[in-house]
Amino acid sequence: MISQKLEKVLSKVQKPARYSGGEYNQIIKDKQNVNVRVAFCFPDTYEIGMSNLGLKILYGALNNIDDVWCERVFAPWTDMEHEMRENAIPLYGLESYDSIRDFDIVAFTIGYELSYTNVLNMLDLAGIPLRSADREEDGPLVIAGGACSYNPEPMAEFIDLFVVGEGEDVVVELVDTFKSTDSKKAFLEAASELHGVYVPSLYDQGITYVKKRIVEDLDSAYFPVDSIIPSTSIVHDRSVLELFRGCIRGCKFCMAGYTGNPVRSRSPDLLTKQGIAAISNSGYDELALLSLSTSDYKHLSELCDGLLEWCEPRKVNLSLPSLRADNFSIELMERVQKVRKSGLTFAPEAGSQRLRDYINKNIKEDDLINACRVAFEGGWNSVKLYFMLGLPTETDEDVTAIADLAHTVLQTWRDFTNNKKRGVRITVSTSCFIPKPHTPFQREAQIPIDEYSRRVELLRSSIRAKSITYNWHSPQQGYIEAALSRGDRQLGNVVEAVWKMGARMDSWSDHFSYEKWIAAFDECSTDAEHYASRKRGVDEKLPWEFIQI
Amino acid sequence: MRYSKTGRAKYISHLDLTATLQRALLRAGIKLKYSEGFNPHPYISVALPLSVGVESICELVDVAIMGESLPDVKAIKLPDGIIITDIYFPSRKINEIKWLEISVKLYYDREVDSELASNIMSVLTQDSIVITKRTKRGTKDIDIIPHIRDVNVECNDCILLSAKISAQEPTLNAVDLLNALCDDFKPLHTDVKRIELYDAKMVKFE
Ligand code: SF4
Repeated sequence: MISQKLEKVLSKVQKPARYSGGEYNQIIKDKQNVNVRVAFCFPDTYEIGMSNLGLKILYGALNNIDDVWCERVFAPWTDMEHEMRENAIPLYGLESYDSIRDFDIVAFTIGYELSYTNVLNMLDLAGIPLRSADREEDGPLVIAGGACSYNPEPMAEFIDLFVVGEGEDVVVELVDTFKSTDSKKAFLEAASELHGVYVPSLYDQGITYVKKRIVEDLDSAYFPVDSIIPSTSIVHDRSVLELFRGCIRGCKFCMAGYTGNPVRSRSPDLLTKQGIAAISNSGYDELALLSLSTSDYKHLSELCDGLLEWCEPRKVNLSLPSLRADNFSIELMERVQKVRKSGLTFAPEAGSQRLRDYINKNIKEDDLINACRVAFEGGWNSVKLYFMLGLPTETDEDVTAIADLAHTVLQTWRDFTNNKKRGVRITVSTSCFIPKPHTPFQREAQIPIDEYSRRVELLRSSIRAKSITYNWHSPQQGYIEAALSRGDRQLGNVVEAVWKMGARMDSWSDHFSYEKWIAAFDECSTDAEHYASRKRGVDEKLPWEFIQI
Repeated sequence: MRYSKTGRAKYISHLDLTATLQRALLRAGIKLKYSEGFNPHPYISVALPLSVGVESICELVDVAIMGESLPDVKAIKLPDGIIITDIYFPSRKINEIKWLEISVKLYYDREVDSELASNIMSVLTQDSIVITKRTKRGTKDIDIIPHIRDVNVECNDCILLSAKISAQEPTLNAVDLLNALCDDFKPLHTDVKRIELYDAKMVKFE
């Protein structure tokens, strides 16, 4: 039941539907029959978390176990946090409104280093001591998974147990282990034997390596086709299919590409069935085909045809994010998006062919231009191009080559569009290169903030056309992300210090405070530069070496 | 369709509600009529937008469907708190709705008594209360008294106010009544619920 105190608060905050639960398909269980209660915590807003496929999979997989009740918890926005603290409302599960302090397991999925402060903030709002060492026997276990587990050290003091790799099988095993052990210590010891589990408190006691977990066969793996349908609009209001995991491309900067392998695909027949079921059960008018690189799915044409046959008469749109810039992909786009045309997005990552070849991003300029030509001829009039600045070996020529490429795309539109009057929108976005663990660039230095800003300015002044818009990511956020990505256990102190200074929602550029982060590094007598902009020697031991991908 | 929207569902905004209803109807396999044109969309029109946080047991929505037969109420599955109470082919127009019966619970940070109740009663039964309302064309001063009737105020654990207010031309809200109270009578927190719809002749609108 919702308390009067909470009702009062919900009448004051923005977007209260984020905090009230009750959506269609949420799972409610009878507490009498539940032995294990899990709080599945997503350290960002409801709108982002509810769009996350990992959350849907794990929520379903856990609730499929009769005596387990898994609920959802998201990071409250700052107005709600303020009201919760003011009115002493502890962080609660959206399904039951019960305080998660009384749950058995509090599980975070952490996909982005800049949400570390939200993890701490959520623990604090729940009334759970931040550090594992300070937590009592009767409090919940705090576990975490997601991409950040590939370098768990910065958060190792706060998290009792990390799941490294794909979680859907491990979480079930963890729950079994939980039921069969009678103390935290016994649980952690038993759990550390499971494949894909890292227990930081046992690290000093002879752990030599932790091997990531994967699901061998996607066709027999659990996939949710009856997910929760939010009653308020979120980032992606759509049903999704997962075509395959892993990626054959091996772009040198890309952690997902290296940690996600080997490639494992779902069969097109199963995907078609899942797609039809997901749309029928949701009432959505969009079905997205997800993977790291959708053009690389062998049966893509066949799958799209099968789905279109069902979707078209029902006015359901197929969307294909993560397409490669080649003719095959564009022709497919034309086939699937006859009515509603979404924008086209390509990620060449570097402007010059030399640098693209160097980072292993095998897109040829001709292919990209051809793809744009086909798209413009087919009536598209907006293209987004994503690049990174600061890649190893990047020169000023590589930077201005981004502008040249954008101008060539614009010229292609002028030459081939059938509707000049409608105009064209070309968006160039750059993020700063972040050397990530487990990639060939893991020992590289990130360029300093000033240098990134200089390159941004160089690129900005090289773009002369009005129809080309240029956006760039904040270099300060990229710098802190780089420091945390390759951090060691010491950085836990920095994360805690900056959280104490009031840092929250750091992934939101208007909430991110560079000054606070730098002050926190100072307070802990260390500096971000040491982590972000220092090239690691070949002999230097890396904090994430013991994680085997 | 007539439905109620109470409990957790009161936090669903008017805009989100249309999408929520559309998805529920599609899930139930109901064939919706779409508009023609570049970006076809179904006709789903919720009468008298309800503010976030307000409950109602008398909501109406018009939906254009294909075919002659009425869908089965039980097939339509909605979020917790939204319950369809009736489906019918409409015989009357939404603009015939004139009066809206509301019930408001007023909570205070102090004990409430019958004196407070009668004070509030007398405020709301004066000869005239002029308030400033925002309209599409700026602000406008109106006297709300002609647009309020059957006011009743009781004292229980909290103050219980019920009234019928003009639903359209002009559109009044519970907030308009509360704004008319002087600071001493203003509650800390309220629960508002719509109870029933009537036409100009005070006949239940169905
Ligand atoms: S950037 Fe894309 S294509 Fe390249 S390795 Fe990563 S996921 Fe694969």
